[in-house]
Amino acid sequence: MEQLELPSIDYAALLPMLILFGAACVGVILEIVVPRKVRNGIQLGLSLLAVVAALVAVVVERGTRTITIGGAVAVDGPTLFLQGSILVLGGVSLLLIGERTVEKGGAFVSQAAITVGSKKDMEQASGQPGSTEVYPLTTFALGGMLLFVAANDLLTMFVALEVFSLPLYLLCALARRRRLLSQEAALKYFLLGSYASAFFLFGVAFIYGFAGGIQLDKVHAAVANPTQSQVLLYAGFGLLAIGLLFKAALAPFHVWTPDVYQGAPTPVTAFMAACTKVAAFGALLRVLYVAFEGVRWDFQPVLGTIAVLTMFVGAVLAVTQTDLKRLLAYSSIANAGYLMVGVLALNDEGLSSTMFYLVAYGFSVLAAFAILSLVRDADGEATHLSRWAGIGRKSPLLAATFTFVLLAFAGIPLTSGFTSKFAVFGAAVEGGQTWLVIFGVITSMLLAFPYLRVVVLMWLSEPGESTPAVSIPGFLTSAVLGIGVLVTLGLGVAPSPLIDLTRQAADFVR
Amino acid sequence: MTPDYYLVLATILFTIGATGVLIRRNAIVLFMCIELMLNAANLALVTFSRINGSLDGQIISFFVMVVAAAEVVIGLAIIMSIFRTRRSASVDDANLLKY
Repeated sequence: MEQLELPSIDYAALLPMLILFGAACVGVILEIVVPRKVRNGIQLGLSLLAVVAALVAVVVERGTRTITIGGAVAVDGPTLFLQGSILVLGGVSLLLIGERTVEKGGAFVSQAAITVGSKKDMEQASGQPGSTEVYPLTTFALGGMLLFVAANDLLTMFVALEVFSLPLYLLCALARRRRLLSQEAALKYFLLGSYASAFFLFGVAFIYGFAGGIQLDKVHAAVANPTQSQVLLYAGFGLLAIGLLFKAALAPFHVWTPDVYQGAPTPVTAFMAACTKVAAFGALLRVLYVAFEGVRWDFQPVLGTIAVLTMFVGAVLAVTQTDLKRLLAYSSIANAGYLMVGVLALNDEGLSSTMFYLVAYGFSVLAAFAILSLVRDADGEATHLSRWAGIGRKSPLLAATFTFVLLAFAGIPLTSGFTSKFAVFGAAVEGGQTWLVIFGVITSMLLAFPYLRVVVLMWLSEPGESTPAVSIPGFLTSAVLGIGVLVTLGLGVAPSPLIDLTRQAADFVR
Repeated sequence: MTPDYYLVLATILFTIGATGVLIRRNAIVLFMCIELMLNAANLALVTFSRINGSLDGQIISFFVMVVAAAEVVIGLAIIMSIFRTRRSASVDDANLLKY
């Protein structure tokens, strides 16, 4: 009988993920044993502690370049950088999720099983403490995202995709108010998400048939010297790409984004907009750069067309929106298009500028959703555009902060939006994709219009009867706002330290 | 006997599932169609495992079954909570979010 050889496991390199999954499991147990009154503080503390510990583990391992557990996980520059970004952005979103003072009891339903519209539902909406399951769920999602960007074979990638998606489906359904919208968002996200992952899996099957293995380096070798029919390669790659493009919200796989962003509780929307984007693009980068680099001439025009389509869909539909959450959702779709421009440069510069963009965009979008959670009336958040008329007169500080974030989205110099767009467009020109940059600049100008419309509405309109009051942000939301705005400004004024860091990290191991 | 027929069968099953998701209206049926797609992928994996002469494909299909089971738990929970309010599992009734 053949001797079975166990693969070696580099526990130190896996430590960030192990910490998060461990903390999530502990969090589930705490749900059972800790009394309801003190649960929130303990759970928030535990999940923040886990995120910080995992971040420390990532920083300690910063020099590691290795492939471990039998080729399933690659810990290299991009992995460590993206894991670090996901952890920082995830930690900041946890502060937003943990906010319990802006709305009495927090943004989450006290018990998800309560039927909508029943007497119990009225009671819970009036201020019972929100559910604390959100912390373990967020921690599980974060762990899955860390694994997703590190996955070096397609099975690990599929499992990680599900590990971070499933908690997100549930988190979407947990809003305290407008629960029907929230549940509907969860249903749509779940059905379309699992539809996309079924495509991803069928693609994995084809690639396995083509390459005889699922490790990305094996796929790379098979692409260079094919032994099987090319049909399997192209069919497999196409199906695989559908799954990844869905998570990254690129047109035509973006239709879920506005509905889910609008229906989900705002802290969860912020978490998805910042962290899921990093994870999805991290995996997309790895698949394109490591496994399918050999067929770049075949996929570049197709994915380029998708990028252009995404930028146009995002920019044009953002103009027509009347709800701020949907507007930001379409803006995030357009931003996915810009990120794709960086990805398609297919050189080191493209890799580093995409990673820079992900971090810069993540912080701005967290600040934007933090602001949205503050403007509210008796029914919860007032996200309709007309309600924001003249809010600059009533609360200039909030309006000024929001104006700054919107200008950053529009790509005004001295904000991170400008430097990051400049970086991805520069990389694309260097990679010979000038046509993408031309469409990118055109859509950026289009996209500036909806942002400026909101700015004009806030400052130049008279406040009406229905202009809602602005809540005083609690400590946690203030922290999120402060961090988001400072990073947006900092990366606009002095981007070079982070750019240097991304350049050092921009090297995949194979 | 050539294993290619199983690939054809897997593709047909996958297509039935994918079409079903697009044309059916009941959330539970949609969900069953997605499961059908996952199982079609399993069949393809096992067939390729036979063609390639490696065990990887069979091992992957076990992982897929576990993931599919986890998905069922989440999916039914979401569909249940909606059904309790609306008394309907039709995806056409879930139409509050648009434009």
